[in-house]
Order: sequence, then structure tokens, then C-alpha cells
Amino acid sequence: MSVVIPGAALPHGTPDPVTPRQIPHRGGEANPSVEALRAQFGEVIGRHDVMWGETCVWIDAARIRDVVLWLRDDPSQQYDYLVDVTAVEHRDLDLPMEMVWHLRSLPYRRFLRIKASLPMAAELEVPSIEPVYKAANWLEREVFDMFGIRFAGHSDLRRILLWDSYAEGFPLRKDFPLRGRFSRSEQLSQALSANPEAKYSMEELSIADAFHELPADMRARLGGTSTGEG
Amino acid sequence: MGLTPATKPSLVSYDPPSQDGWVTTRLEFLVNWGRANSLWPMPFGTACCAIEFMATAASRFDLARFGMERMSYSPRQADVLICAGRVPFKLAPVIRRIYEQMPQPKWVISMGACASSGGMFDNYAVVQGIDTIIPVDVYVPGCPPRPEALIHGIMMLQDKVRQQRSISDQQQYEEITIDPSSRFYIPAAQIDELSEPFGNSVHQTRSAP
Repeated sequence: MSVVIPGAALPHGTPDPVTPRQIPHRGGEANPSVEALRAQFGEVIGRHDVMWGETCVWIDAARIRDVVLWLRDDPSQQYDYLVDVTAVEHRDLDLPMEMVWHLRSLPYRRFLRIKASLPMAAELEVPSIEPVYKAANWLEREVFDMFGIRFAGHSDLRRILLWDSYAEGFPLRKDFPLRGRFSRSEQLSQALSANPEAKYSMEELSIADAFHELPADMRARLGGTSTGEG
Repeated sequence: MGLTPATKPSLVSYDPPSQDGWVTTRLEFLVNWGRANSLWPMPFGTACCAIEFMATAASRFDLARFGMERMSYSPRQADVLICAGRVPFKLAPVIRRIYEQMPQPKWVISMGACASSGGMFDNYAVVQGIDTIIPVDVYVPGCPPRPEALIHGIMMLQDKVRQQRSISDQQQYEEITIDPSSRFYIPAAQIDELSEPFGNSVHQTRSAP
């Protein structure tokens, strides 16, 4: 465990950051990490965009793990903080779905948004970055829960906000009706028949007696090696 | 002997010179009077209504005036379940189990628009009124209700408690059991097994005869 001092990697004499004023909506100085990424990965890196002073770079989704591993470990980048993992589905169905990763480099005081397009026609799957950032574990579970995007290589990919037996789909998708797919009475009876204790993993729940009430796939997951649902 | 029949059945008759320190009243009135003035709440706060509930319990509005300052965080020692805030479907079995664990007689206050009707959250995740899960005695409207509104609801509940036939009506002493053939049924033994014992004794459980 190392202590991170914000701005420690900046050259000596760099002035303290001030709250920026009058940031242009589009344009402005891009994060220098974008050019470094282009030099390192070439064709994997697509266009980039600066909006409200924040840099967004599009990459090939299949290489995300290599990219974030390099960004984290390269001494000239040191992106040591995974802020968020999320996804965007556009109302225009011709547009692909987008995966979004927010990274922050505390030593360099940099913020980078990485996006990757996922065609709606193909299966929605991207490599998990959990091997790189442990923080991605719950964030990717939430994206899976809400959007149905699968993360290859995730150690425990299951629903996190909704319960395991939730059968109505993925609530943040555009084709999901606001009130859900089932009737109110069906939703309520399904929710009430759930066993509250069976929603947690055995590590979270010290009552071993509830084990036999868990669904078969959860029993297998908890009992054997952890492979996730995929 | 100084015992005189009460002129009004629901009032305490007290006349020191002639009664020699005796008070006569109906037992039912006495029981209801005691219950209404010592309702121990089980706070079930899930949202902003719980902030107003905390303000009600604090010194300015002072829930202790109603004998309610003792928040019972164990449902087994509670009389009133105050549901303050929205209840998502994931919490539906939890609040239902808490209600089942409360001993009879028990009452429920649904505080705020979300607990009463789902409020603005007419979506896939929120229960549309906790009265679809458990019986509710008093609904307090508001988003969130001010402490005065909650106190008004509490006083309405006290009125209800005072008017109960607490001696003759045996129904309120019987635990509500769900039809065992229902899929919502949880055997009492399992409830005891999963829930922590309370108080000083490990034998104080709900299903114990």
C-alpha cells in the first residue's frame, strides 16, 4: 500500500491547480494521455473529443484491458483510480451502445473518459477490467444488472441491485417499460416470495442453514470455484 | 367503602373526599389509556421521511410527550411500525417479516406519499403503497410530512387505540398467521432460527409458546 500524493508526479514548481473558469463547450486542450495512447496502441485508439474540458477517447472494446493496464502501470500515466464504469444506450436505435470508463490519475491530476462502441446486433460483451482494478467488480455487476452487458473474465458476474431471480430484463435499456414487464401483483408476489437471506453470498451471510434454499446455480457458484454466470 | 359507579363509562371518576384514595374506571379504559400513551415505535426509515421522523423524535417536537421516545429497534418489543419512506420490492419481504415479528397488538403508520401510495415513484422498483404488503392503520400524507403532520397521525392512532375493545375483542391477541399453503408462508421456527434473539434471554422468541 503506497501513499498517493495528488500531483506528486508533476514537475517541480507546477503551480497548484485553481478552479478553471470559462471552459469552452467543445475544443480545448486534450489530455496528453491520448497522444501517448496513440503512440502505444496505434489503430486500437479511435477519435477523441474534448467537451467541457474533459477528454473522451474512443477505443476498440476488445482491447480495453490492455489499455487500462498500460494506463495504470506506465510511469508516465499512473491512472490509479477507477472512478466509474457505466454504459449508454441511445434512443436512436441505429447508434451502437457505448461502454464508458472513467479513469483518474492522482499523481498527474488527469481525468480520462474512455468509450467503446458495442453494436446492438452482436452479443453485448466486453472484457472485464476487474483483473486490473478491483473496484470494477461491483461497477461491472451494476452495468450487467441494468444493461445486460456481459463482462468476460469477471469473477462473480451476477445481479447486484436487483435480486438473482429477477426475470423482467434490464431496467435501463430503452425497450424496458418504466413500470416493468409484469403486472403489479405479479411483481409483488415474486418479491414477497423471495427469501431475503438467500440474496447474499455465503461470505456475507453467516447462516449456513440457508444454503439449501439458494438456487442451484448459486449453490454451485458458492460451493465450487468462482467462475461467474458466463 | 367510597366506591361509586362512574357517571361516564369512559372517564375516570375521582372524588378525593368521598373516595378515600380509590379510583374506579373500566378495565378496558385503563388498558387502552396505558397502551395509547406508551406506543413504542419501530422506525422503518428508508428515505427523506425518516429525517422528518428524526426531527419529530428530537427535542423541538419531542415525541416523548406521547410516551414514544423509546425507539424499539427490535420488532419484538415494538407496538407501532412507522414506515417512513419508499419501500422497494427488494425490501418488501423484509418489512413484511418485521411486521410478522412484532407481537400483538400492533399498529402501522404509513408516513409520507411514497409509503402510502408509491408517490412519484411509479416505476418497476418501488412498492405502490405498503398496504399491499401489510395492514396500515394511519396514513400520513405529505412529501415529506412535517413533524406536525406525523404528530397528528400519531394522535389519530392514539384515538384509535383508546376506542378499541381491548378486553372483549380476543382477535387482537392472536398472532396473524399466513395460510400455510401460501407461498408467502414462513414457518415460525424458521423465523426464529434466522432472527437474532432479543432482550436478556436467548429464549425470547416469537414462536415460543
